[in-house]
Amino acid sequence: MSATQSFYETPAPAHLKGIWAWLLTHDHKRLGLMYFWAIVVWLMLAMIFGMLLRTELMSAGRTIMGPEMYNSLFTLHGVIMIFLFVIPAIPAIFGNFFLPIQIGADDVFFPRLNLLSWYLFMIGGLFAIVALFTGEGFPDTGWTFYVPFSVSASSNVSLTVTAAFILGMSSMLTGLNFITTVHRMRDKTMGWLQIPLFTWSLYATAWVQLLATPIISITLFLVVIERVFSIGLFDPLKGGDPVLYQHLFWMYSHPAVYIMVLPGMGIISEVIAVFSRKAIFGYKGLVASSLAIAVTGSLVWAHHMYTSGMSDVAVFVFSLLTYLVAIPTAIKVFSWLATMYKGSIEMSPPLLYALLFIYLFSVGGLTGLVLGAVGPDIHTHDTHFVVGHFHFTMFGGTGFAFFAGLHYWWPKMFGIMYNMKRAYIAAILTTVGFIFHYIPMLILGLQGMPRRYYDYLPQFETGNFLAGFGGFLMIVGLALMFYNLFMSFKEKVAATDDPWGGTTLEWTIPTPPPLHNFVREPEVKSFPYDFTEVIAQSQKEKK
Amino acid sequence: MEKTVDTTGVRIGMWLFLYSEVLLFGGLFVLYAAYFHRYPEFFVEGGKELDRVIGALNTVVLLVSSFTVAASITALQRNKKTQSISFLLFSIFCGFIFLVNKYFEWGAKFSHDIYPNSDTLTFGEPGLNIFFGLYYVITGLHGLHVIIGMTLLAVALWYVIRGKVNAERFGLLENAGLYWHLVDLIWIFVFPLFYLVL
Repeated sequence: MSATQSFYETPAPAHLKGIWAWLLTHDHKRLGLMYFWAIVVWLMLAMIFGMLLRTELMSAGRTIMGPEMYNSLFTLHGVIMIFLFVIPAIPAIFGNFFLPIQIGADDVFFPRLNLLSWYLFMIGGLFAIVALFTGEGFPDTGWTFYVPFSVSASSNVSLTVTAAFILGMSSMLTGLNFITTVHRMRDKTMGWLQIPLFTWSLYATAWVQLLATPIISITLFLVVIERVFSIGLFDPLKGGDPVLYQHLFWMYSHPAVYIMVLPGMGIISEVIAVFSRKAIFGYKGLVASSLAIAVTGSLVWAHHMYTSGMSDVAVFVFSLLTYLVAIPTAIKVFSWLATMYKGSIEMSPPLLYALLFIYLFSVGGLTGLVLGAVGPDIHTHDTHFVVGHFHFTMFGGTGFAFFAGLHYWWPKMFGIMYNMKRAYIAAILTTVGFIFHYIPMLILGLQGMPRRYYDYLPQFETGNFLAGFGGFLMIVGLALMFYNLFMSFKEKVAATDDPWGGTTLEWTIPTPPPLHNFVREPEVKSFPYDFTEVIAQSQKEKK
Repeated sequence: MEKTVDTTGVRIGMWLFLYSEVLLFGGLFVLYAAYFHRYPEFFVEGGKELDRVIGALNTVVLLVSSFTVAASITALQRNKKTQSISFLLFSIFCGFIFLVNKYFEWGAKFSHDIYPNSDTLTFGEPGLNIFFGLYYVITGLHGLHVIIGMTLLAVALWYVIRGKVNAERFGLLENAGLYWHLVDLIWIFVFPLFYLVL
């Protein structure tokens, strides 16, 4: 067995064969790829649901489905997108694959626990599917499972909630694994301030996963308890308080927003630095802002509840804290811009996605400030404005960061390069569709169209039609993007070890990586984003 | 790749996991705090219904078992395998005693018509319903953790008997012990919150 054989050819543990080499593997890279395929399937499913929803809304009245189907579909779209795509996508795929490599390790600290996390993820997904067909109708509570409806609904909410519970467990164990890995497996010569920013962002995320997930676990557990025993902990008739449910739910689910977006920001930091051929601006600031987002992001949950009935003092405090999160986020955006300033920018699909991320995520962040302030929130609460806002952050943010990461690391993961031209066209199509899709929602929301409504007044028809049209355009763009990526398996254009001129450790090893990642001892740079060698190399090539 | 086991790392992982368990109960304690603030007088009234003797007895049982688990680890480190095994058996036995006590305690409440959805609670004071609702959920979840802890101790016991866990490699026993201490620790908070509430 030569040292340069890729991990595709070397099963771990070594005695495994065929499909078992994947299903029982301890190798973080194989697990990353297994997550990849599972998550891509979920993403496509949820995308189709989303498209059906918007098709229904394209004209007033019944278009393609009835109101109950509509409620179930937006629940499914939300549950799948949140729990099976946005939360796990970047940590589970790229985190598993690249975190150990970026810190010079040969695997995560608990490889078997990592395998267990994958199985929990799959079981959670399976439960979510089984839940659809075992109750009276599909669950239609929305992804937030608000009481009292989630307790009284006749569909199989218990199983859906259990699915979310198991998925939470999977994400928590992944977080636990990453924290231990970063602490114990890091190359001896790599100090804390030599860790690449993607790994830093995963580390901050892992803490949020670990600290916030148990809260959702217990909350969902209580929903099941209420459904089975009807104790009445959230039932006003029996002395309970439904608003407490909302507190517990958002205590997790708001930090979860940062679980979703922090790893994405990590990807953007990598991509922007590499394609600007310039040391990242404010490395320490970026690290500190990741941690600051993780901390302050955990203290703002009640801004989802301004209209639920809270004291004015609480509303004021949560509004203030919400505004504080904007500071570290802005630090990140300005650092990225300052990195590009006077850099020698080289356009590439990952960079294009990163730039689109900055733009779309900024819109998402700024509309978030509208909602974070109490006055405008009372006006826009539960309207399409909110839908537009969080799609700008979740999809325009995390989604586009995921695509950037996909195009950035694709050659390293699979050893093949995709078609650049098609990648550009797909990115632009998706973005144009995106803007047509979500800007109308922001406007509709300001005009007063509520979210989650099956039907609407005639004056909202133009906006909804435009949104639907944009949705189709976006789907075409995304389809083209995946077509392009998957075609690379057929076209088989081999990728070099370092196609982009990256400086972090994953670009110093063979493509695709060998089983133990490093053929020789990793050389840790004193600063991870030192591009002098890359620039010198490219100048030599020009001569 | 065979490497020496990084026991510190394993321990960090375990502590992180325990942290998440504490937060799991933390969510319930938040509920307790909010409802105690709303219904202080009924919490006091409900607390008087609970049997302090059994509660105190259970506290002692758990504390003793925590000590014996720690003793069993020390015994194993000093290569006294038999002693370690007997300490472990005793700890598991303590867990069993705890559950038996809990069974009688819950049984007594049931016979007084105090359980979720019973007439007394459903048509009585909402505050009392919440108190006993929380009582059942929290002690129930804690009981579940006692069972999990006993299972972990039993697994550790099995490996100690087979010699896979020994004076050199005792990480599994140590982690099972940590988990058992956590079960104990949570009870230390649950006990005064329900039994000794003013």
